[in-house]
Amino acid sequence: MDIVLDNLGGYTEAAWITVELTLLSFAAAFVIGVLIAAFRVSPVVPLRTFAVVWVETFRNTPVIVLMFLFVFGLTKVGVRYSFFVSAVIVLAVYTSTFVAETVRSGINSVAKGQTEAGRALGLTFGQLLGVVVMPQALRTVVAPLGSVFIALIKNSSIAGAFAVLDLTGFYQRLYTETEQPIPAFLGAAVAYLILALPSGWAVGVIERRVAIKR
Amino acid sequence: MRSFRSPRSTRQWMAPVLALTIVLVAAACGSDDTTTSTATTNATEAVPPPTFAPGTTMANIQAKGKLVVGIKYDQPGVGLRNPTNNSFEGFDIDIAELMAVGIFGGTPDSLGNKIEFVEAVSANREPFLQNGNVDIVVARYTINDTRKQQVDFAGPYLLAHQDVLVLESDNSIKSVTDLNGKKVCSVQGSTSEKNVIAKAPQAELLSFDTYSKCAEALTDGRVVAVTTDGPILAGFVSTSGGAFKVVNAPFTDEPYGIGLKKGDDAFRTFLNDRLEKIEADGEWAAAFEATLGKLSLALPEPPPIDRYGAIGELNATTTSTPGATTSTTAATTTTVP
Repeated sequence: MDIVLDNLGGYTEAAWITVELTLLSFAAAFVIGVLIAAFRVSPVVPLRTFAVVWVETFRNTPVIVLMFLFVFGLTKVGVRYSFFVSAVIVLAVYTSTFVAETVRSGINSVAKGQTEAGRALGLTFGQLLGVVVMPQALRTVVAPLGSVFIALIKNSSIAGAFAVLDLTGFYQRLYTETEQPIPAFLGAAVAYLILALPSGWAVGVIERRVAIKR
Repeated sequence: MRSFRSPRSTRQWMAPVLALTIVLVAAACGSDDTTTSTATTNATEAVPPPTFAPGTTMANIQAKGKLVVGIKYDQPGVGLRNPTNNSFEGFDIDIAELMAVGIFGGTPDSLGNKIEFVEAVSANREPFLQNGNVDIVVARYTINDTRKQQVDFAGPYLLAHQDVLVLESDNSIKSVTDLNGKKVCSVQGSTSEKNVIAKAPQAELLSFDTYSKCAEALTDGRVVAVTTDGPILAGFVSTSGGAFKVVNAPFTDEPYGIGLKKGDDAFRTFLNDRLEKIEADGEWAAAFEATLGKLSLALPEPPPIDRYGAIGELNATTTSTPGATTSTTAATTTTVP
């Protein structure tokens, strides 16, 4: 285990990259996901179709395939970002589908009477969704969104296979230099745990804060 | 607000999809069966299998009826799973088959399902051997002292050299030191990565998990060079259709060995004897010509087998066993030009 203790600085730096990857892509995934969920329930058919195609395409493709296509496929047609930005974009797109489905389940859980009352008051679809339904929906899905977030922390390891020195990239390099795979892997496993556990607790706190008192 | 779909309509389209899946799976299984049966019929061989002392690894593998080998899947000429027909090809594969022939008798073509290949990426090689997932690893596995603390090596069966791959049009890189300050690609967990860090410390190293990604990155101009062992680079030159070239400035010695579980000296001696035999009777050269030779690499002399710390030698130098072991090791692995 000495190699882990000797490289705590490197692990911290790499963990920071993982945190950046996760937070940036989750922020983007959240915005896209809520939008897609809104599209999914909107009365406009093309928007609904777009949302279905978006979710089914990106949710059902392995993230490593998306990453490969984005990094090496789009380069061929002139679209090129750094490996880090590519990873953020791919993770955001991929995770947005899970956010969208989670939020949609929240929307479906809002009592029908709420919508009917809103309509009776003459609210437009946008007002109905933004003022009545979405706030209630989001409050009910804090816990499942937390699971999506924790899954994203771990999915971010895909960047390590594409030249980003996140936790995964770092333990691979550490293993290369020391030829001791097990300690290097264990160090990374502990680091992921250290990132994921507080996320779980934070989700619990947020959930209690925003819960609808009935 | 809520989309609603009747469950019956779902079932209506599920049925044909399910039926199609079953047919496809059945077809796939069917074709599998035929290949296996032809392989088994071929396996009937006149050459009797050798006998081994009971309890040895060779006897156990013979009894089990299968030699499990960890190989690389993505390295043309060395160890490659052909994606079109799932067959295995490359020098490592041929060496592994010749080892299996030493256990089961017959010929490489008659082995059939007596040899099983498992993908062993660089980071998996030691754990696979330590946990017994594989019997041997033949995966361009460079013999070095750090690895010898965890596993043992038979061989070397090939002496390769690390080199640099660049675009055909690039004449700016003549040696490894020219890589300083440039973006260079290598693969995680390989000695190649370690070596380039040592020889060109200012190079900006981008690491992927497979060499195929390195080749893509080189094509796209995301890196200016890929560095690893000559045979693998030769493979990429041949599949690139003239887009890449090897700089031809070798800067390390990479003795490839057959990895086996640490401490299994009888098995190691067997593998070393077997290697010496195939080198003497021309099978080694034939395997080279059939694989790496096709990548226009000249047939080299087989490197001398390193029977480090073998039981016989240990008995001869009982007074200072550890010292003797390390000095033998050092002599063979530190011949960097």
